[in-house]
Amino acid sequence: MNPTKQIVSGLARRQRAEKRFRLYGLIAVVLGMAFLLLLFGSIVTNGYKAFTQTYIELPIYFDPAVIDPSGERNHQTLFSADYWKLVKTAVYQKFPQVNGRKERRELTRMISEGSAYELRDQVLENPRLIGTTQHVWLAADDDIDMLMKGYIDRNLPEDERRLNDRIIGYVDSMREADAIERRFNTTFFAAGDSREPEQAGILGALMGSFLTLIVTLLLSFPIGVAAAVYLEEFAPRNHFIDLIEININNLAAVPSIIFGLLGLAIFINWFGMPRSTPVVGGLVLGLMTLPTIIIASRVSIQSVPPSIKEAALGVGASRMQAMFHHVLPIATPGMLTGTIIGMARALGETAPLLMIGMVAFIVDPPGGFTEPATALPVQIFLWSDSPERGFTERTSAAILVLLAFLIAMNAAAVYLREKVTKRF
Amino acid sequence: MNTTETLAIPIPEQLDPPAVTGKVDLDLTTVGDFTVPDPRMKIRDVNVFYGQKQAIYDVNLDIGSNAVVAMIGPSGCGKTTLLRCLNRMNDTIDGCRVEGQVEMDGKNVYGRKMDPVLLRARVGMVFQKPNPFPKSIFDNVAYGPRIHGLVRDRTDLEEVVHTSLERAGLLDEVKDRLDQPGTGLSGGQQQRLCIARAIAVSPEVILMDEPCSALDPIATARIEELIGELRKNFSIAIVTHSMQQAARVSQRTAYFHLGYLVEVGSTKDIFTTPKHQLTEEYITGRFG
Ligand SMILES: Nc1ncnc2c1ncn2[C@@H]1O[C@H](COP(=O)(O)OP(=O)(O)OP(=O)(O)O)[C@@H](O)[C@H]1O
Ligand SMILES: [Mg+2]
Repeated sequence: MNPTKQIVSGLARRQRAEKRFRLYGLIAVVLGMAFLLLLFGSIVTNGYKAFTQTYIELPIYFDPAVIDPSGERNHQTLFSADYWKLVKTAVYQKFPQVNGRKERRELTRMISEGSAYELRDQVLENPRLIGTTQHVWLAADDDIDMLMKGYIDRNLPEDERRLNDRIIGYVDSMREADAIERRFNTTFFAAGDSREPEQAGILGALMGSFLTLIVTLLLSFPIGVAAAVYLEEFAPRNHFIDLIEININNLAAVPSIIFGLLGLAIFINWFGMPRSTPVVGGLVLGLMTLPTIIIASRVSIQSVPPSIKEAALGVGASRMQAMFHHVLPIATPGMLTGTIIGMARALGETAPLLMIGMVAFIVDPPGGFTEPATALPVQIFLWSDSPERGFTERTSAAILVLLAFLIAMNAAAVYLREKVTKRF
Repeated sequence: MNTTETLAIPIPEQLDPPAVTGKVDLDLTTVGDFTVPDPRMKIRDVNVFYGQKQAIYDVNLDIGSNAVVAMIGPSGCGKTTLLRCLNRMNDTIDGCRVEGQVEMDGKNVYGRKMDPVLLRARVGMVFQKPNPFPKSIFDNVAYGPRIHGLVRDRTDLEEVVHTSLERAGLLDEVKDRLDQPGTGLSGGQQQRLCIARAIAVSPEVILMDEPCSALDPIATARIEELIGELRKNFSIAIVTHSMQQAARVSQRTAYFHLGYLVEVGSTKDIFTTPKHQLTEEYITGRFG
């Protein structure tokens, strides 16, 4: 048999093998996508309703006798006035037919307790409201919210429902009068955590994660790149350096909770840094991310053809110039990819943050690196632990926010990479 | 390190016999006078190792002022390795060890006081494989003058870039796309770009490792002309696989074989009356 014939005879088999392989690949991709869609689908269907919230319209009379009897407009007086009383009065007026202690309590329970703070903030911002009547949309209690979102089955016997027939009747009458509706849930994006689902927001956790990641990035990126450059270019080849290299590789595999313990022992107990703060969280996550960035940076430096470095050295560039002018620009995309992988892992990390107290219940969004904060994954963990239906929904919504944060971060990295990658 | 030792080169015991069968018994002691009256660089008793493997055996050679020395020999005989000793490019290779002495203007190249950065600015190199930076053509040539601060302003720099490209015979082809990537040029153009880049820093010694291997006869002629021109001011060592080129551009020729400098002498003598059997076989095309 001549060689050409032999090649031809084997050709069909080789092409079949290739087709088969492509099919396997396609199946794998489709399966992966299906699971991803399933996951996203369930999260989105659970979570999207949390982006709306039921509000009830009430004509609030800002009664000077309640808010500021003396008329001095003293900040302290305005701050500590009994705004809940205004809400109660307004609800009673809305349903004048309702009498009796129990029924009236049911009425007021339809409004979120946080509404008092809402009114307080409005008055503090604009004291001229006092003495006027305003139509204000106040957040409804989470049970009402659940009813409006269809999570409460009206056909169940009354004593098995969280809401009795009377309350459902109030809601329906308000619905007919257009005094109750679902609106975009600004609270969810503007508030910190709360015991009441309808007052709980993601902003605190979002800010916490953001501040933490800034510290993480500032710590791990420069040190990681510098370490990689040193190890690749300047480190002497000896056993000590070998030991360091082995340790870096091992560190990348250390469970993250160990880093949390380390943070607790060193940063908090020894250095006395404040507990539960983004700065400590960032340091811990930074240490955790460091090995990933070092390894990724070294690999991308190694992948730069040595002839480029030789060319630079050949015209008399110093080793540092060769590195910074020629090798690093080519290695940057790879280093950024490694960094983003490390940062994504840091963003989703919960365990080490639990160790350093970022799991505390914190209402106010952090204003700085040293203020107590929590982080997105921890917030998800906390909410998923709460029994209220409102929190179940917010857990999914928080996951959506986490994913959006991740996508935004990746998009920023891709944009940066495109920008620093030269055309050639 | 011993520079005064005899030049007889015993084959070390651990070395396998040379691969060329039937010539094991040949004496590989250098034939001919490796010195010149006015040396710019001196190579003395240099041995080079890549890890355990020895690539250069006790080579002695002078690089004369205002002269071209051609290095010829079969592939893998150590021409590149020896060339890279002259500007300490071997430092960058892990496990590469250079023994012996290399001097430039009487100063030890491998001495403690020698700064490799300065050395490489004075001893320029054109690599065997074209290796332009992944930057624009202009930046490729401008890089050396820039880092050494050889130019005062942009006009100066443009002047240097243009003359360098002109001398390398590349300017006409690239003058209206200087901002295009150097890596987008053809292989031969890249090689000329690398030559332009090397001469832009005005080195005193230029090491050329097969600079014309990817060039057509016209570009080759241009480069050979450039070499003749550069010789007036500089010293040049050129590795080539073309006997004709060696004969055309060089005054002295060194023939290497398996890491040994087998014969060295004036180019005329080497090509007309080679003394060593290996040299003769190589230049007459019976071997290599
Ligand atoms: N980086 C290296 N590591 C190990 N061995 C090497 C290295 N570079 C070269 N060698 C070996 O050293 C010997 C000489 O190589 P060198 O590149 O100097 O040859 P050359 O004469 O330039 O050959 P050519 O004409 O093919 O370019 C060869 O046997 C080669 O295998
Ligand atoms: Mg070579």
